[in-house]
Amino acid sequence: MTALLSMTGIDKRFAGIPALSEASFSVQHGEVHALIGQNGAGKSTLIKVLTGYHKRDSGEVTFEGKPFEVSSPQQAQASGISTIYQEINLVPYRSITENICLGREARRYGLLDWRRMHKEAEALLQRFNVRLDVRRPLMEFNTATQQMVAIARAIGFSAKLVIMDEPTSSLDEREVSVLFDVIRQLKNEGVSVVFVSHKLDELYAVCDRVTIMRDGRTITTAAMNEIDKISLVSSMLGRSIERTDGHATAFGDRDKKNIGKVLLAADNLAVNQSVQDVTFNVRSGEIAGFAGLLGAGRTETARMVFGIDRPSAGSMQFNGKAYDPRKPADAIAAGMGFCTEDRKSEGIVPEMSVSENMMLALMPKLAKSGIIDEKAQREIVEKFIRQLGIKCSGPDQKVRELSGGNQQKVLLARWLAMNPRLLILDEPTRGIDVGAKGEIQSLVKSLADQGLAVLMISSELEEVTEGADRVFVLREGVSVAEFDRDQATEEALMSAMAEGSAPRIEETPA
Amino acid sequence: MTDLTAQPKQRLFDPFEFLARYGTLIALALLIVFNLIFTRNFASMQTVNVNLTQVCTIVIVAVGMTLVIGTGGIDLSVGSLMAISGALAPMIFLGKILPIGNIYLAVAAAMIIAVLIAGIFGLFNGWLIARFRIQPIVATLVLFIAGRGIAQVMTNGNLQTFRVPEFQFIGLGRILGVPVQVILMAIIVIIAAWVLKRTVFGRQIIAIGGNERAAELSGIAVSKVKLIVYGISGLCAGIAGLIVIAINSSSDANLVGLGMELDAIAAVAVGGTLLSGGKATIIGTLLGAMTIQLVRYTLLSNGVPDAAALVVKAGIIVLAVWIQQQGRHA
Repeated sequence: MTALLSMTGIDKRFAGIPALSEASFSVQHGEVHALIGQNGAGKSTLIKVLTGYHKRDSGEVTFEGKPFEVSSPQQAQASGISTIYQEINLVPYRSITENICLGREARRYGLLDWRRMHKEAEALLQRFNVRLDVRRPLMEFNTATQQMVAIARAIGFSAKLVIMDEPTSSLDEREVSVLFDVIRQLKNEGVSVVFVSHKLDELYAVCDRVTIMRDGRTITTAAMNEIDKISLVSSMLGRSIERTDGHATAFGDRDKKNIGKVLLAADNLAVNQSVQDVTFNVRSGEIAGFAGLLGAGRTETARMVFGIDRPSAGSMQFNGKAYDPRKPADAIAAGMGFCTEDRKSEGIVPEMSVSENMMLALMPKLAKSGIIDEKAQREIVEKFIRQLGIKCSGPDQKVRELSGGNQQKVLLARWLAMNPRLLILDEPTRGIDVGAKGEIQSLVKSLADQGLAVLMISSELEEVTEGADRVFVLREGVSVAEFDRDQATEEALMSAMAEGSAPRIEETPA
Repeated sequence: MTDLTAQPKQRLFDPFEFLARYGTLIALALLIVFNLIFTRNFASMQTVNVNLTQVCTIVIVAVGMTLVIGTGGIDLSVGSLMAISGALAPMIFLGKILPIGNIYLAVAAAMIIAVLIAGIFGLFNGWLIARFRIQPIVATLVLFIAGRGIAQVMTNGNLQTFRVPEFQFIGLGRILGVPVQVILMAIIVIIAAWVLKRTVFGRQIIAIGGNERAAELSGIAVSKVKLIVYGISGLCAGIAGLIVIAINSSSDANLVGLGMELDAIAAVAVGGTLLSGGKATIIGTLLGAMTIQLVRYTLLSNGVPDAAALVVKAGIIVLAVWIQQQGRHA
């Protein structure tokens, strides 16, 4: 039986820099195929070449035995390849039905047949055990729900191949298991799935085979049950693994002597429905972790601290004084930085260069009467590129051309350049490969060692258990528990997160 | 750890990237060469002056428009603001509002007040946009419609004619053989280009257009920057309004600046500024305006009627925007 999809000898260069060289990839009928690799390994580029978003420089693609030439994702979709990108690409203002049916609307007497479309949308979502008011605009729902809608949309196109680029990164455990059920169901129906993820356990749970990429090349393809985790990771990194002593992260042990006085204290914060009563504090030189399920109010709390949203109740103190920021500029002036979870929409300015992105916050301080000091900027930018190991062709490269991990480092540098006293990190290693992840984790540790207070939100348990000196657990907008480093075991955290009520999937519209 | 060794050995030539960057310049050069060969008496100071004086007001307005579009906005009110400034200035220097004895004082007051009033109307646009988060196209539509009305009410709909050389110097005078309005245009272009490239304010304009939320989270005072940018656009329109009435020796609130918003947007688009914001070039806008002007001049001086020239103008805009799109996706 010939493969459903076969890609061989694919080359792709951006501004002369190879993103893919001689890459190959093949998917059988009805198989779930994992595609993994570090950031910048070429996974995303390979997918975008396949779906016609990028034009390949050379190489051959066959789909269902025939040469496959498409020049846009829409065309690929029509030919049976649907993609769900890492950053969800839907229309936020339109209803769920419209998003699911966009591009293949049901018509009756030349008019849109809404009743049939609503029914179809409901039926598709039903396969995920999700019941929603499909007439509501998509933007009213949380990320996990939007993801489900994106998947329903792809399935609605009766795709033969569904590509999922990190579909689980914003889902909680129950949602993930629902997604896996759907993937297995697709498989039973003969639909193939390409599954891109950084979470190794997920691959073993649902995938048949795995292809590992590194530096734009295909390193190996193997059956999932014939390859163990260590070989997966070592193939991805291209080196043998040293961290086998029980540590899954690169935080290492902290010295408690570095931890100083309370820098930020927040009491009984509340906003909207999302945060009801959150109390916590962060000391200088300390990494404080926020653990909790999706929708527990962690990001919303951080937004209040940074002056993006104003609390409806509660008070904050920073450095011993009352602190009531009205806008992010106030928080920055007080000495805070905030690396947001959503790099694309709240972090980078894509059309600007690495240097301009990095200097965005510092620029006014570095300027003399409003005129940019290019020379001083250049020195700082080059220092951070070296220090953080940012992979780019130079300070003038457009930041959108960088991989996710390197973009994150640019954003970190944006705040580190400000010499902050408190750094808020929201999912600092989300969507970042193992190598860059370790680099960022050890960087955060060494910053804390130098006296920086860090407030770290993470959905990866080992990141908070191993990284944080203290962990605050939030559940449904309430801070329910606080653990010291030695008490913060995964079991303890999980029971605090789950205690009382089960995670919700049908969130009330925000 | 930094991988700076991965420099391309052979940079692949990307025709669209190249065209997006230099297309306007090439088009302008081709037009000049064409005219040198086919248009009689093209290579004369007079031709240069005619074209430059005709393009001046568009360029001045388009400079303000470039900054506005750089933030991801748009300003439809510029033509109406020109009418307001053009209606107000003669009322002051003709002594209709309050008599000022010294003509130089009267002209100075007229210019400063007219331009400032246009600037304040610009700030009003910015206020609507920044404070109430009204979409720029809607917010500036308010003054697009009401502004010309205000100008007409101020003058009772009457044509104001005048012969005041002290004022008309800005439209008819020359310094060392160069028309005064060309010098004004050059100064405005140079200052704006420098501001956009070298100052914090310029960088913040581009950052807001490129990603407003990220800009706000980086501590940029987004509302303030927007307010100022629309204010500047108003000031530019005010200056352009004065030049137009100085050239015409008259001010008709119905006609001053009519259709200017579209000419300015066209110049900005042809010049290579992204209409969605986040990438802007003042020099590009200057070249864009000159290209459009020269195409029209070329067609007219070779016997093509003005109506047909409009179609060609539209074609150029479509081509320019298409090239930009290609350059971005390549």
